[in-house]
Amino acid sequence: MRGIAGRAGRRFLSSLPALLGVLVFTFLLMRVLPGDPAIFFASGPNAGQAEIEDIRRRMGLDKPVPEQLLLYLRDVATGNLGRSMTTGQPVLNDLRGRLPASLELTFCALLIALVLAVPLGILAALRPGSLLDHGVRMLCTLGVCVPTFVSGLLLIYVLYYLLGIAPDPTGRIDIFASQPPTVTGFLLVDAALAGDWEAWWAAASQLVLPACTMALFVLAPLARMTRASMLAVLTSDFVRTGEALGLSRRRVILVYALRNALLPVITIMGIVFSTMLGANVLVEKVFSWPGVASYALDALLSSDYAPVQGFVLLMASIFVLVNLVVDLLYGLADPRVSIG
Amino acid sequence: MSRLLEISDLRVEFATRNGPVEALKGVSLSVGVGETLGIVGESGSGKSVTAFCVMRLLDRAGRIAGGHIRFRGEDITRAGRRVLAPLRGAAMSMIFQNPRAALNPIRPVGLQIADVLRAHESISAREARERAVALLEAVRIRDPVARLAAYPHELSGGMCQRVMIAMAIACEPSLLIADEPTTGLDVTTQKTVMDLLAETTARRGMAMLLITHDLGLAAQYCGRIAVMEQGRVVEEAPPARLFGTPGHAYTRRLVAASPRRDSTVASLVGAPEPQPMPLRPRQPLLEVRELGKRFGTAAAVDGVSFHLDAGESLGLVGESGSGKSTISRLVCRLLDPSEGSIRFDGEEIGAIPAGRFHRSPYRRAIQLVFQDHGESLNPRFSAFDSIADPLRRLLGLRDGAGLRARVEEAAERVGLPGDLLGRFPHQLSGGQKARVGIARAIAAGPRLLVLDEPTAALDVSVQAVVLHLLDRLRRESGLAYLFVSHDLNVVRMMCERTIVLQTGKLVEEGRSEVLFAAPRASYTAELLAAIPHFAPEEGDARARAAVAG
Amino acid sequence: MSATLRHVGWVLRGNPVTLLAGCGCGLMVLAALLGPWIAPYDPVASNVPLALQPPSAAHWFGTDQLGRDVFSRVLVAARLDLAIAASAVSLSFLIGATVGSFCGYAGGRLDAWVGRFVDVLMAFPLFVLAMAMVAALGNRVENIIYATAIINLPFYIRFSRAEVNIRRNLGWVEAARASGNSHVEVVLRFLLPNVLPAMAVQISLNLGWAILNAAGLSFLGLGVRPPTPEWGIMVAEGARFITTGKWWLVACPGAALMFAVLCFNLLGDGLRDILDPRMRT
Repeated sequence: MRGIAGRAGRRFLSSLPALLGVLVFTFLLMRVLPGDPAIFFASGPNAGQAEIEDIRRRMGLDKPVPEQLLLYLRDVATGNLGRSMTTGQPVLNDLRGRLPASLELTFCALLIALVLAVPLGILAALRPGSLLDHGVRMLCTLGVCVPTFVSGLLLIYVLYYLLGIAPDPTGRIDIFASQPPTVTGFLLVDAALAGDWEAWWAAASQLVLPACTMALFVLAPLARMTRASMLAVLTSDFVRTGEALGLSRRRVILVYALRNALLPVITIMGIVFSTMLGANVLVEKVFSWPGVASYALDALLSSDYAPVQGFVLLMASIFVLVNLVVDLLYGLADPRVSIG
Repeated sequence: MSRLLEISDLRVEFATRNGPVEALKGVSLSVGVGETLGIVGESGSGKSVTAFCVMRLLDRAGRIAGGHIRFRGEDITRAGRRVLAPLRGAAMSMIFQNPRAALNPIRPVGLQIADVLRAHESISAREARERAVALLEAVRIRDPVARLAAYPHELSGGMCQRVMIAMAIACEPSLLIADEPTTGLDVTTQKTVMDLLAETTARRGMAMLLITHDLGLAAQYCGRIAVMEQGRVVEEAPPARLFGTPGHAYTRRLVAASPRRDSTVASLVGAPEPQPMPLRPRQPLLEVRELGKRFGTAAAVDGVSFHLDAGESLGLVGESGSGKSTISRLVCRLLDPSEGSIRFDGEEIGAIPAGRFHRSPYRRAIQLVFQDHGESLNPRFSAFDSIADPLRRLLGLRDGAGLRARVEEAAERVGLPGDLLGRFPHQLSGGQKARVGIARAIAAGPRLLVLDEPTAALDVSVQAVVLHLLDRLRRESGLAYLFVSHDLNVVRMMCERTIVLQTGKLVEEGRSEVLFAAPRASYTAELLAAIPHFAPEEGDARARAAVAG
Repeated sequence: MSATLRHVGWVLRGNPVTLLAGCGCGLMVLAALLGPWIAPYDPVASNVPLALQPPSAAHWFGTDQLGRDVFSRVLVAARLDLAIAASAVSLSFLIGATVGSFCGYAGGRLDAWVGRFVDVLMAFPLFVLAMAMVAALGNRVENIIYATAIINLPFYIRFSRAEVNIRRNLGWVEAARASGNSHVEVVLRFLLPNVLPAMAVQISLNLGWAILNAAGLSFLGLGVRPPTPEWGIMVAEGARFITTGKWWLVACPGAALMFAVLCFNLLGDGLRDILDPRMRT
């Protein structure tokens, strides 16, 4: 246990330089951007020269670059991410309000993907060459080829326009449905807490399409990975030992093969999760989902850079956190890491 | 009385890209209750396939095409899972090569033993645990209660094989199949594992099918030996008859090629003994002083000194972790020493950084022959290019008739037919690859050849030929050899002087015939005693002792 | 040489899918080269009376909101999309393979450091990084190439590093040094050629990925600007009409994207068989 904690600690420390790198990157982002940052923070396009100069001084833009970097780091450390020009709100507040929407979507998608991909991969590996195996392989090959924004739009076309099963693909909840009181920000959780099952259903049906779109995107790599690692484990020496010593088929597959086969799947979970964070941008745009990614994108397209900075930082922090969790999980699952 | 296991006319096919290939072409064998049968053969002889057939563990490509396997009189050739499951582990079980990989890496060994027990007997977890402790004790694992919670990676290779044995004997099967159970283990570990196996099977009245490539090992531990060649059993006899009056021509070759205490390089291949080498004036070539190499904080080599004369051959023996391979890399100047000096021809070469040694004039004087010939040739180079590379680099030869002549000459000296020069490594046999590797090393005309386990990955008959070739090369050209090996018999035959290493330190040094006849260090004596060998009177005594104990 | 051709022929006969994928890639290259000449209509000429026509004999893929022929636009867009992907992948391959091979060969502290950095970078939401980069460097096509190249870089470094690392202690690498090759020569003449087959597979898979990334960026409105025909931007323009049932505006450029990625992925698997000398008999 101490070995695992130590490993996780080491990994955490080693990801700190990356986090710092992202900080410097977002700082430079702001410096490199065309135009004068002070103008963005001025009251409006009609701000006078004096006001801009004043802002420049207040923001520390007249100081040398290294000092500005230090000031920026201090601001970030105290939670000051600047103010969004488009919403007029502090970026931190905006992000805090929209993060649950993005996380709810990502977690649901991950859940759907895992629930489908892992059993499919295992079944395919247990019967290599069978119809099911060919089907899964075809699904994997096709799955990685479909861009999320295309699959999302086609799902809308089929399920909303043609069949009329899905609700209008905009936003998290039908505007006419009653919004549950905000506790966690996760609509499904809040609605359940309030006992408002109508709202829960409204939120869930809104969530299904974007979550499925995103799940489709990571389904293929997850299923492929599970299948490959299960195949490798099934031909390994220790599975043969289990067979040779008469263990039941169920025990060989569940205890000997499966647990070993899931180890590599755990390791790529971090990468899968962060790809999903990236794909979030596309999915949120397609479904007008009010998450952090669409917020950052809108800001980016209207040259409002403080939200973009804040968004990149937020992503970086989430990814450090996710990797930490993956490391801990892996440490629990594989006793060998405590020495490595 | 019916035999415990009867295999009759067994034929097995493997589906390959070029159609089915017959791996077993009618194998008939039988094992009686409590008997130990050895199956000996070189790679591709089908000995492991036979064992896997009995356990019905053939992979998907393999198919039993004909014949019968009867176990306790019951035909199990085409038995389904329902028949096999209660037999496997309970009536017959198997242990494998590479014990660490054969154990589940993420499950404590205690639970793995309990898994086997509970698969066949309805006992509680507590009982299974107690039985597991008793079993670990039976395979002489110290502190068995603490070891229950250990994972395979926390145990040494020998310990893992003992755990494997504990699992295999857990339900008191009447037949134990051991497939190369000690390959890859050190010679002293091999001895303890094999003694344990022999004693356990004798005490419990279990029959054993021992599959091995080592004729000496089979002879020492088996009552009867079947010799297999290319999917057939060519001869089956007790060890004494096999060694004394081998009937089949292949057996005769195999017996001759297996190094024994009195073998010589010539006797291995049945060649006439060469003239003893003429005495030459002593001319120091290599002088190693207080050599040390640390990796991190661990010392792989620690204060080793030795010297080597021109034209002399010096053996370096030791078990894994003795530092012998590190020394060979240091002398070849592929690694930088942490301390000490290496003088070649009176010149200090230890101080030249390994990264720059390729430009030193001594680079062509010191060459290396590698262990695994499958990995020692660049897969994208033809044999010609492999041999030509040092000529291009070290002698600056350009492509053309001159280069071709030099490569062909080197190939001829190692007995490699010229028409094989255009082939790539995957198109060559193990022996041919070994020859290419040796030709590459001698092509640039070195004065010292470092041989790192040059025959460890080869079958004994190929090993015999390669050793004979190496011996002839040295006699012809006056090369000096630094011969690194774990096989003491090979070193005794090949080397005039021998150094014994243990955990990076020099244990003993002396003239080979003296050192092997009367070792001074106890470690050397232990190593020598552990070499499996066939001694009829001793073998009988051991079998009796084992049964009595 | 003829042996190589025979081998290629043998692999393709046993692997018709690879052959099809190869033909698909060839078709795309042709479209990229000849697109503007073989397109039936001018891809940017609008014809408002004919706007939003479903696919017909005259307009195979229908027309868009300005009455432009979707088929011509999809065809002409191949050049830009393939060019972006190819330049991004060759950039990241050249830099990544070199850095990765030398690190993997050198080992030691530098290698451990690079390895950890790459691991960390790979776990980062790379698409977000690419977005931010395009935003910072400016909304231009060449910046899409740089951004795609940079987010591909860690894969090449990691891959070549791992491939070289498992080989650095093999006999033939040590033999190469004993034969008088310097470290640099060992990497360039011995290790890189041996790593290439596996890399070729990676490159092929990566081309598909790069196309997806570039199209994703322009779907968001970064990099390529309308009215330039480009698959991602065409999907973005068509997205507005999906809820009114104008499926061809999304499906046709989307299918072109999928076709491109599919061909490159399938070709990658086939390439592995062709380039691996151990498969040659």
